[in-house]
Amino acid sequence: MKPRSIIADIGKSLAIAVWFMVLLFPLMVMKVNVTRGVAQVQFRWNFLPLVGIAAFVLSYAWRIALEWNERRGSNRSGGIFGRAKAVGGAYLAKPAVRTGSLVILLAFAIAFPFLFGMYHTNVMITAFIYVILGLGLNIVVGLGGLLNLGYAAFFGVGAYTYGLMWKYVGPSFVAAGMDPGWLFWISLPLAGIIATLFGILLSLPVLRLRGDYLAIITLAFGEIFRMVMQNSSDFTGGATGISLIPRPWFFGQRLPPTKAATYIYFIAIVLVVITIFVVRRIEDSRVGRALEAMREDEVACEAMGINLVKNKLITFALGAFWAGIAGVVMAAQTTYINPDSFTLWESIIILMAVVIGGTGSIPGVIGGAILLKLLPEYFRALAQYRMLIYGIAMILVILFKPDGLIPRKRKQYTFAEKELSK
Amino acid sequence: MKFRDIYSSQKLASFIIYAHVLYMRKEEYEMKRHNMVLAVFAMVSLLLLSGAQSVFAAPIKIGVAGAFTGDLASYGLPTANAAKLVVKDINAKGGINGQLVELVIEDDQCKPELATNAAAKLVSAKVAAVIGHICSGATKAALGIYKDSKLVTVSPSATNPPLTQSGEYPNFFRTIAPDDAQAKLAANFLTKTLKLKKIAVLHDKGDYGKGFAELVKQYAEENGVQVALFEGINPGAPDYSAVVNKIGNAKVDGVVWGGYHPEASKLVQQMKDKGMNIPFLSDDGVKDNTFIEVAGKYAEGVYATGPTDTSNNPLAIKAIEDHKKEFGSEPGAFFLNAYAATQALLNAIAKAGSTDYNKIVAALQSQYVDTPLGHISFDKRGDIIGFGFSVFQVKNGKYVELK
Amino acid sequence: MEYFLKLFLSGTAKGSIYALIALGYTMVYGIVQLINFAHGEIYMIGGFTALILGGFFFSKGMPVGLVLLFSVLLSIMYAAAFGFTVEKIAYRPLRGKPRLSALISAIGVSMVLQNFVLLSQTEKFLSFPSYLPEFSWLQPYKAYINSTQLIILAVTAVIMVLLTLLIKFTRIGKAMRATAQDMHMAQLVGVDVNRVISVTFIIGSALAAIGGVLICSYMGQINYYIGFIAGIKAFVAAVLGGIGSIPGAVLGSFVLGWTESLGTGYISSDYEDAFAFVILIVILLIKPDGILGRTQRQKV
Repeated sequence: MKPRSIIADIGKSLAIAVWFMVLLFPLMVMKVNVTRGVAQVQFRWNFLPLVGIAAFVLSYAWRIALEWNERRGSNRSGGIFGRAKAVGGAYLAKPAVRTGSLVILLAFAIAFPFLFGMYHTNVMITAFIYVILGLGLNIVVGLGGLLNLGYAAFFGVGAYTYGLMWKYVGPSFVAAGMDPGWLFWISLPLAGIIATLFGILLSLPVLRLRGDYLAIITLAFGEIFRMVMQNSSDFTGGATGISLIPRPWFFGQRLPPTKAATYIYFIAIVLVVITIFVVRRIEDSRVGRALEAMREDEVACEAMGINLVKNKLITFALGAFWAGIAGVVMAAQTTYINPDSFTLWESIIILMAVVIGGTGSIPGVIGGAILLKLLPEYFRALAQYRMLIYGIAMILVILFKPDGLIPRKRKQYTFAEKELSK
Repeated sequence: MKFRDIYSSQKLASFIIYAHVLYMRKEEYEMKRHNMVLAVFAMVSLLLLSGAQSVFAAPIKIGVAGAFTGDLASYGLPTANAAKLVVKDINAKGGINGQLVELVIEDDQCKPELATNAAAKLVSAKVAAVIGHICSGATKAALGIYKDSKLVTVSPSATNPPLTQSGEYPNFFRTIAPDDAQAKLAANFLTKTLKLKKIAVLHDKGDYGKGFAELVKQYAEENGVQVALFEGINPGAPDYSAVVNKIGNAKVDGVVWGGYHPEASKLVQQMKDKGMNIPFLSDDGVKDNTFIEVAGKYAEGVYATGPTDTSNNPLAIKAIEDHKKEFGSEPGAFFLNAYAATQALLNAIAKAGSTDYNKIVAALQSQYVDTPLGHISFDKRGDIIGFGFSVFQVKNGKYVELK
Repeated sequence: MEYFLKLFLSGTAKGSIYALIALGYTMVYGIVQLINFAHGEIYMIGGFTALILGGFFFSKGMPVGLVLLFSVLLSIMYAAAFGFTVEKIAYRPLRGKPRLSALISAIGVSMVLQNFVLLSQTEKFLSFPSYLPEFSWLQPYKAYINSTQLIILAVTAVIMVLLTLLIKFTRIGKAMRATAQDMHMAQLVGVDVNRVISVTFIIGSALAAIGGVLICSYMGQINYYIGFIAGIKAFVAAVLGGIGSIPGAVLGSFVLGWTESLGTGYISSDYEDAFAFVILIVILLIKPDGILGRTQRQKV
């Protein structure tokens, strides 16, 4: 390395350090406290050198990281990671290894609740719920290319279907001596259907819209749903929510929380497997290909004779279905729902799971959902810094892997010339 | 005594013995060896026993759950501080029945889904009982888990009435009066003392605020007061002038607010800016010094219901002093309630002689405890006896209790 | 009639509050097609900076007028610096990548800024002393409109005029219009696109800071969380008026303010947001690009 460029680098980092020291001065060094309408400012001088040093070190590391990222981008097959991926990929391509590792994974998943306690099982159930949500949203955003910022509304529809069933049909069940846990199994398909109807309802006004206008309407729908749930306290319980929602029926027994958690865990795994299977089939079907075409270029798509209206309807309806199902599982797990669980922020988290995992790629979305739900739980130890680190992690992941952690593989058709026989 | 302490004291003891043996002369050594062995044996077993007692007599774990991060952290952190202070005092006196008390603190940000996770974590950590949660919604979500795991739960601040009155949660107790007591007091006050005939009732659409508002509306109408306006506003919005205009148009004598202080201070400011000087009555979400801080001169004259002021109680004075010494600041919301809750819970465990669920419940319901809130106990449903609500008014920048 | 007038003026005041933030949103979107979720946080940081620096100057005995002047100027500078830094770190590397990636980055930045202020300052609601002048001649009309509302309205109008002049008659304005139309083509004709984008972020953030100082003075309080809600409302307003268009952002904000105000006044406050969204849906059904939006022509 030339000494010239090192000095230039150090100079640049010094400048950046000074910039940050000045920029963050009021917020980090000065601390304001207002008493009786008068603001008093304390000075925490010890933060100033900290900011400077941190900025210096980080900007140096940042520059190196960015250069590495650029070099890596143009040379995907080379480098350590590239070769590791190639070796790993070749290894995994062998059917024996694939089935073997899947079996191990499955065995681990089944043994999980017995190895770890109720707390971890609960966390995994939440992760699975978000996997289903992510896969559902993936159909809309990844496959169909339609940005949906109000996805939590469908999630809420599913949860409230179960909750309202419990509220209105439950008492007659209990009076008749039947276990209200049956309502879970009834609500599961019912929620899916009702959510699908809502999905179709949502898609009607957005048929003509594109891009960010579509996004804002879906956002609006999400908020309207939440508001209606909150305000109609007579019908839905409003902000008080619906509590004591029964757990799913298990051969007539009332399970203690640990066993109930395990039971819901297995239900969730089964649902996840079904979801993955169905979504894969959709991807490979005519409908899936039509949706992908719609995502790539709407005008060309119409020119090829694909009905945009029908496909947009299908996209929203399919996506909503999975959210409805996930909602029922969530209601059964937390036994208490209220409108605050289905805010814009929820929709954003699900969207993050999809984009960070890899828009349009199923393993990516699964990985993204699991990561997004597990990280804040296991970061609990870091207490107040949790959300800050979470945000930084998001930015880092998206900067270094903008296509997602496991980007989708685009279908490639190669044309090989046949050797003309002499 | 922790493992480290046992280890180091044993190491010290064996070092002393070894050194003594090394420096003795041979004939003395033969004679003294017998005594030495006895002495060593006695010392080691004494050490082991004392160490063992603290190792085998495992600490009693008490869970503390609430909002310790997030936007409602200012309502939860004082509870954690109170629990820490009480436990520190009790451990200094030797613990309960020879067992030390240990706190397991979990955060729920007042969100129901995080509350269930926190509850699951506490159950896995095998706590004997729980202090918490802070917000009624989160408490509701977690109580199902505590009920099934048979854990006594004492909350310093969850005021939703059905938590005790529905009978669904026999394991739940609280050291604060439920919302309907608060609402009844407020309705009586505005009817009999302020003599208002026509009021507007506003809320923040949340569980706590709307609940309070609905109850006040119900009790006020029972007393013959006309509720001309019953509306929910959006928390967090910058401007409420439309609603304020509506209040003005309805020509009411007074306004009741169900919710927290940020919206209350905006409402009060915008009302007074428009020249409306009618009485403003609110709940204990507003009976907080932060409200006076933020609203400034606009807070003057505002009424709020809140837990009865017990700051003249010597135990309360001591608790606040301890907080200032330990944490360097004045305690925040529900501090005294949490202090009392922890004291009552630990006292019940001590009197019950064990951490058995039924014994703790029986002890809580039969025993009286002296706390910063007064001489308290709990009734059959889990509500507190001996402590209630009062109406306060902001006079000269401070909340003053009205008798 | 008097009631209607009062509600209308309330709506106008509300609209001007939204406009201050919506303008920054629409400027950034018009040029880089990014929904800058972090814009609300810049607004909040502008308010906090004004509080911190203003409080410091006031405690040193500076007269109120100078305190106001310096705190506004400095908070504008700081917000602009924040906007510039954020763009350079979190958005520029994602320039050619899928749009969703930049959106996620914006959300990440929003979380980081929010929590940074929370951790470095406080989670509590702080009283925000208002150093804005009180107009005594407005006193008899205080039931209709008060001094702060009038100031906000005036500032919004001035800013809108200045921005339009900037875009129409200056070189940088021309460069901005070119970049908004077609970034690649602009680069080909020699426009320094990086500089244009930086300038856009700087101006947008400066506007957010002005909004922060004024709106926090109006509310009388500040908290680390106010950026999120303000951001969403402003975004809706910008889309309503046609995102990318400056007069559109202002018009959309006022339409939003009037809808909310009249809806609250005549129907109910419970559904205040619902009115806003319903109007949004209706207008987008009739005019899919917003009231003043440019029709996006789709080319193959």
